[in-house]
Amino acid sequence: MLSIGFNHYVDSLVLKLDSIVYKNELGQTYNINNFKYYISNIELISENGKKIRSKEYFLINEDIETSKKIILNSIPEGNYTSMRFMVGVDSLHNCNGAQSGALDPVNSMFWTWNTGYIFMKLEGKSSSSTATGKNFEYHIGGYKAPSNAIRTITLKLEHPLIIEKGKISELKINVNAAEVLKSPTTIDFSKLPTIVDSKNATMIADNYMDMFSIQK
Amino acid sequence: MKNKTIIFLFISLSILLLGFINEYSISKKDVELKIPKGFPKPNYDFAENPLSPDKFELGRKLFYDPILSKDSSTSCESCHQRVAAFAHIDHALSHGIDGKIGTRNVPALQNMIWRDTYMWDGGVNNLEVQPLNPITSPIEMNETLPNIILKLKASKGYSALFKKIYKDTVINSERILKSLAQFTGLMISANSRYDKYNAGKDTFSIQEKNGLETFRVKCASCHKEPLFTDNSYRNNGILPDTSLNDIGRGKITNQETDNYKFKVPSLRNIEMTFPYMHDGRYKKLKDVLNHYSSKNHNSTVDSEIKKIGELSDIERKDIIAFLLTLTDREFLNDKRFGDPNRK
Repeated sequence: MLSIGFNHYVDSLVLKLDSIVYKNELGQTYNINNFKYYISNIELISENGKKIRSKEYFLINEDIETSKKIILNSIPEGNYTSMRFMVGVDSLHNCNGAQSGALDPVNSMFWTWNTGYIFMKLEGKSSSSTATGKNFEYHIGGYKAPSNAIRTITLKLEHPLIIEKGKISELKINVNAAEVLKSPTTIDFSKLPTIVDSKNATMIADNYMDMFSIQK
Repeated sequence: MKNKTIIFLFISLSILLLGFINEYSISKKDVELKIPKGFPKPNYDFAENPLSPDKFELGRKLFYDPILSKDSSTSCESCHQRVAAFAHIDHALSHGIDGKIGTRNVPALQNMIWRDTYMWDGGVNNLEVQPLNPITSPIEMNETLPNIILKLKASKGYSALFKKIYKDTVINSERILKSLAQFTGLMISANSRYDKYNAGKDTFSIQEKNGLETFRVKCASCHKEPLFTDNSYRNNGILPDTSLNDIGRGKITNQETDNYKFKVPSLRNIEMTFPYMHDGRYKKLKDVLNHYSSKNHNSTVDSEIKKIGELSDIERKDIIAFLLTLTDREFLNDKRFGDPNRK
């Protein structure tokens, strides 16, 4: 059994919804009031190159403490040296019609007018925002080229992850939400406060590709 | 004496009420999927959503119930009226909650399991998730899924129906949407005079025959038989309505070349589904044919439409006579698709 914890940060600060004021690369201040994303197709690769893939879908939501720790039950014993996962939902499950659990559209991570899941949502307020109520919102999704925002992340496990029968192994992943807003593209709240379709989605998806790291 | 009067009134009222309740209950035979001869393999697969009379019945009840809208004013049937082959009779643009007016004409419902996408712009990729679009649209039903689930849980009728089907008390969006897909997915129209003529079971007048012939030359490359659509998106040449500024397919694909393209609609039951075009700008079939026959098209009109050329008066009349053979009275009168609350 493997437990994977997701710890949310904004650069060197812990992510706290609605309260802490953060600064982006341009010195614009902001706070965050919503941060959610899908993790799916988790793969563990063992030292002899064998791959184990989980078929489960997880919606990690900063606002729901229990969502930030996921459990994978059916991992065979072994030493694993790297992991891979998707941020988002694979194209098949974007086309599957009505689904339940993490993929239930009731979770507000679904575009009804242009079918598909929202892979990542970051919302908040910034005094620099030019949108209504000084809000900013980035809803990132899209599974079809040329607006495919599905991103696969590979993380090397410096200390091999050991899965043993009857034991719960633990893995902790740090997630830096500030990466949504920078590198390679620095997001200016005054110029692009809202992305709610697949138009600029790939740009933000490229940004958050590097927000994950294994906690040492 | 007083008691007798009350009992008499009660009995009269019961009889009156019973008269309005649809006595047609759905049997196992009613939910058998029969693929009409000559139709291709459907895109929607019921194998993942096994047909059952109870699920169909639940879908039918939901389709006709305004409980799916925020203020319980608007049902699916408010716009998809059975008398209009499930389009909105004589309404150019859809009407939603609080008297709000939409931006597109309500499409007719039939043969939906053969479509690959839904809505005029093809934004929806699966029949099951189509209802989420009108349900959550602020100008259509303006409701949320959590609210609908709460309302259904509070309803004795619905909780009993869900329990009967699933043997538990869970009411979730998947169950709601799959039952709606059973109801709308079985709306199959393939018994028009055209179908019977094709099967050698009916005859056409000379005008109808000529109409079919002309149709096959001038129209059928997009309105492909037997579904009368090729499921493609095309720019049919009408000048964009600047008050709506609807770019159609381009909004979905973000490709400029898709701007002002809309899904080719099926023509089945077209007699009942006026007005026509994605914004309902033409009241009569005559107007539609005038448009295709004219040269007053926008600059990015589809090449197939350029090929039509001028249609003579006789050709237009023949085509219209043929189009009227696509009305499927058996489908329109099919009791399975009637309002379960009315006879």
